[in-house]
Amino acid sequence: MIKDEKAAKMFRHVLRRLLFLLCLGIGGALLSATLVRFAPGYGVQERELDPRWSAQSVEALRQKQVLREGLASFYFHYLSALAHGDLGESDSLKRPVRELLRQRLPVTGDSVVRGLGVAWLAAALLSSLGLASRGWLYEASGTAFSSLLLSLPSAVVAMLAVHLRTPVFCAIGVVVFPRLHRYIRSLLVRSYDQPHVLAARARGLRSGAIFWRHVLPVAAPPLLALFGVSFAIAFGAAIPIEALCDSPGLGQLAWHAALSRDLPLIVNVTLVVCLVMLVANSLADLAGRAFAGSTE
Amino acid sequence: MSPLQKVAAIILCMIFVVMALAAILVPAPYARQFRDVPNAGPSAAHPLGTDALGRDSLSRLLYGTRVSLLLAPAAALLSTLIAAFLGSAAGFLGGWFERIVLAVTDLSLALPWLFLLLTVRAMLPLDVPPMVSVIIAFLMMGLLGWQASVRVICAAARGVRDSDFLLLARSSGCKPARLLLRHVAPNLRPLFYAQFWISVPLFILTEANLSILGLGVMEPMPSWGNLLRGFEDFSALAANPWRLVPLILLVIVVMCFQLVLPSQEVTQ
Repeated sequence: MIKDEKAAKMFRHVLRRLLFLLCLGIGGALLSATLVRFAPGYGVQERELDPRWSAQSVEALRQKQVLREGLASFYFHYLSALAHGDLGESDSLKRPVRELLRQRLPVTGDSVVRGLGVAWLAAALLSSLGLASRGWLYEASGTAFSSLLLSLPSAVVAMLAVHLRTPVFCAIGVVVFPRLHRYIRSLLVRSYDQPHVLAARARGLRSGAIFWRHVLPVAAPPLLALFGVSFAIAFGAAIPIEALCDSPGLGQLAWHAALSRDLPLIVNVTLVVCLVMLVANSLADLAGRAFAGSTE
Repeated sequence: MSPLQKVAAIILCMIFVVMALAAILVPAPYARQFRDVPNAGPSAAHPLGTDALGRDSLSRLLYGTRVSLLLAPAAALLSTLIAAFLGSAAGFLGGWFERIVLAVTDLSLALPWLFLLLTVRAMLPLDVPPMVSVIIAFLMMGLLGWQASVRVICAAARGVRDSDFLLLARSSGCKPARLLLRHVAPNLRPLFYAQFWISVPLFILTEANLSILGLGVMEPMPSWGNLLRGFEDFSALAANPWRLVPLILLVIVVMCFQLVLPSQEVTQ
């Protein structure tokens, strides 16, 4: 009975999340359309700049554009194209945005996933070692090291990666690691200082058992939430790193679009990244709830 | 304040004093080119040498420090003011206003910060005078950097909403605007300060990233980001280690800001 109730509650939560994602998707698409529509230079065609065209012809071209692209009509065309997976064409690269995203997203996705793997592994390992030793020297050096990395702009980390010829995912890992290390460390310290952990220790339970049975259930939900946040940090770091390391991913594409003021491209890239982030955060949230529900 | 925090505060004060005296200390204007000595090493005339265009590196560093250390706190102040207003009002008023503010905040937080900045930057002209580029960078960071603070301030304001002193003020006929300004905001002041201090190092790093990518402060005006652009050729750094000074200064300043941050109880 209680199990059914929990499952129904979870189902309702999933439905609410999906509805929220759908609303945000539509809202984001409308916002993107507005940004594209009101971008400086929107609707100006190259033919208008051609000196061989007479003023009347240019005016006729403009009139045609205005008639075709009234605001309501523009929104309708944009959303119906989006529903069919058509994200428009890049102004600077003269290629469909969808095709560009299909090429670039896997590159960034691969770098981000690997970078997150490296960062999480290093942060978890160093935090656990710090807790095991609890010596001031280790703690001070660990804090100083992560503070140093935290103080480096990700673009400088990217330049270092270029110089040392390390892969892009390592640079992403270096940017994400200090943020994770700080949080995981303080979370584990707080979890280990809980009275029930102290009681378990007093009863003579082994450290492994204490960690798996008493510390992890307390720390898991915030750690899962952190997992969602770490995706955003990694994607943000991907822009300077991919741009400077010349890696053909979404970050480099966004940078190129910003430099060439290619609004249709940058807006759609941002929309896709936003949706990826929202899905990642929702999954992390659901996993956290499911974990909390299973341990209740 | 711990001894380490005191040291960090003293270092920051010293850097701010040097920054304020930049006009007196610089050997030459930051844009002046000494064309006969490009890429020169340290000398009496140029204590940190010159860059590839023959400009004095010390002058550029001092002026760059001034630009970065004025830009980031100014942007942090603007973003904290926006966050203070939105967060306090949302937490205090509650209801649909709170829900809308938090939904917009969640949506903005889901988006990586640099993607958001790049999208907005792409809408603005790129070929602008250096001073305009500084103002654009300041406005972008200030107007788009409030989301994380809003969540924290809103949660704190929600806690204050049901407090006894507010009930008393409400029963004595205080209007909502007065309640917000005279009773809620003063109670959240430590949180505003904390959010300001948290934002400053974040904005220093953001400015550096944007300028390295060519989307921040424009040449010839120096900033830490512009000065770090010279790092693309790391092999040259090994032969000219004094060129690392801008990076060392940036790291010291950001670390000092992180050290002088208020305790976690205030910031979370």
